[in-house]
Amino acid sequence: MLIKKPSDVPPSEITPKGVYLNRRRFIAGAAAAGAVAVAGVGLRELSRPGLTVSANTKIDGLQKSPFSTTEPQTPYKDVTNYNNFYEFSTDKYEPAGLAKDFKTRPWTVTIDGDVKKKQVLDIDAIIKMAAPEERIYRHRCVEGWSIVVPWVGFSLSELIKRADPLPKAKFVEFTTLYDPKQMPGQRVPVLQWPYVEGLRMDEAMHPLALLCFGMYGEVLPNQDGAPLRVVIPWKYGFKSAKSIVRIHFTGRQPMNSWQLSAPNEYGFYSNVNPNVDHPRWSQAKERRLGEFFKRPTLMFNGYDQVASLYTGMDLKKNF
Amino acid sequence: MKLRFTKIVIFVAALIPLARLAWKAFHGGLGANPIEVITHSTGDWTLILILTTLAITPLRKLTKQYWLIGVRRMIGLLAFFYGCLHFTTYTWLDKFFDWHEMIKDIAKRPFITMGFTAFVLLIPLALTSTRGWIRRLGRNWQRLHWLIYVAGIAAVIHYIWLVKADLRKPLQYALVLGVLLLYRIVVWALEARKKLAHPAVGRPTAEVTEV
Repeated sequence: MLIKKPSDVPPSEITPKGVYLNRRRFIAGAAAAGAVAVAGVGLRELSRPGLTVSANTKIDGLQKSPFSTTEPQTPYKDVTNYNNFYEFSTDKYEPAGLAKDFKTRPWTVTIDGDVKKKQVLDIDAIIKMAAPEERIYRHRCVEGWSIVVPWVGFSLSELIKRADPLPKAKFVEFTTLYDPKQMPGQRVPVLQWPYVEGLRMDEAMHPLALLCFGMYGEVLPNQDGAPLRVVIPWKYGFKSAKSIVRIHFTGRQPMNSWQLSAPNEYGFYSNVNPNVDHPRWSQAKERRLGEFFKRPTLMFNGYDQVASLYTGMDLKKNF
Repeated sequence: MKLRFTKIVIFVAALIPLARLAWKAFHGGLGANPIEVITHSTGDWTLILILTTLAITPLRKLTKQYWLIGVRRMIGLLAFFYGCLHFTTYTWLDKFFDWHEMIKDIAKRPFITMGFTAFVLLIPLALTSTRGWIRRLGRNWQRLHWLIYVAGIAAVIHYIWLVKADLRKPLQYALVLGVLLLYRIVVWALEARKKLAHPAVGRPTAEVTEV
């Protein structure tokens, strides 16, 4: 009988060499970040034009953030080899390989909709809008696993303020690049492409909402959403749109891709909530990658400061 | 002699996936989420081996390799073995013997209900797979072992219901299962027609009962 062997972990993706390199890179990155922090250098020579920008490029002058957790960080090799990035593949072990040649330069982001300053911004201009911060956030996937990642970026509100939204703009919608030539996962209609995510304006303006272009002190690896993504730490991972090409301001609540695919399972809000189960599995616990025992999932993923955004709302109904 | 050798080959081959898992587990090769990999891998192989046992009858008839019946029990038991590993992974590594939570899971989560059903149905089949039980149960043995169809269907539904959006892999299993079931239906229909046409020769033969 000819049945394809399950593609759990192709040996090619766990070559000792790759692990070695990743580990070295991680140590080097951590050392570099540490050195920078100690020296307190205010270097702002971030991604000079003409310089190749890849995952190994260090980001200088990182500022610490009071929002950072002190919990142990997930190893770099896990965060870069275990990715839900359906644009490349629905297999979490595949984006690392498939995104290797993904082109993140040149890259522009269209700012449009209900804003005074409709514009097309170059990625390198966006990155220079504000001082880069390191934000060590918990990240909880809707599937029940979680990681702790030192992201690099600044509050999304910095960009929104510069776009100058009109009063009628009540929501922000993020669109991921649609390019099936580069993103083989988009050749299969498992979701409606391009991927769309959205936030209510007050959620997007919350200082925790991060516009992100790096992690572990370096430029964001392709498989983690390069060159520009958002990170919304109190929501399930799929709300944090990756490889963004458009930020659209609108008066109508956006229809996000996962809600479109299964409206009874994925809502617009998708706040991390241990009391509201996914219809098919419990959300009460999570497995932190690298840990053996599951740990209880915290309301808003432990980011209680966002609770006031939802006062008076039935979070069971608005899941 | 030849059958004995073939059985050893199949036995060893069927244990390779487990050996591979174990080797990777001890060499840090299971990636970021080892428990997920173990769960998926043992589940996949349970399903593959169930479908393999279901393929034996059509295969031996279509290829006239009648000796194949001699390896079916072993493949069935190997399916049960992987099913046990899969179930153990769930109870031990995933739920850590939290029986209360597991009972809730089985009652509340349709995909777990299906998987649990498939597993429970395999137990009597494994228990009655011995020569003694085959003799004792007589014709009822065959009837009991028709449960493998139910278990196979439940296992495939279990897989379909657990995936998030990409149904391609579970549907491949569903397709194989569908073909194997269709074969039975066609054979059954042909036999029924033959019986109608020639009631005198419609006696069940060994051939028929093995469908």
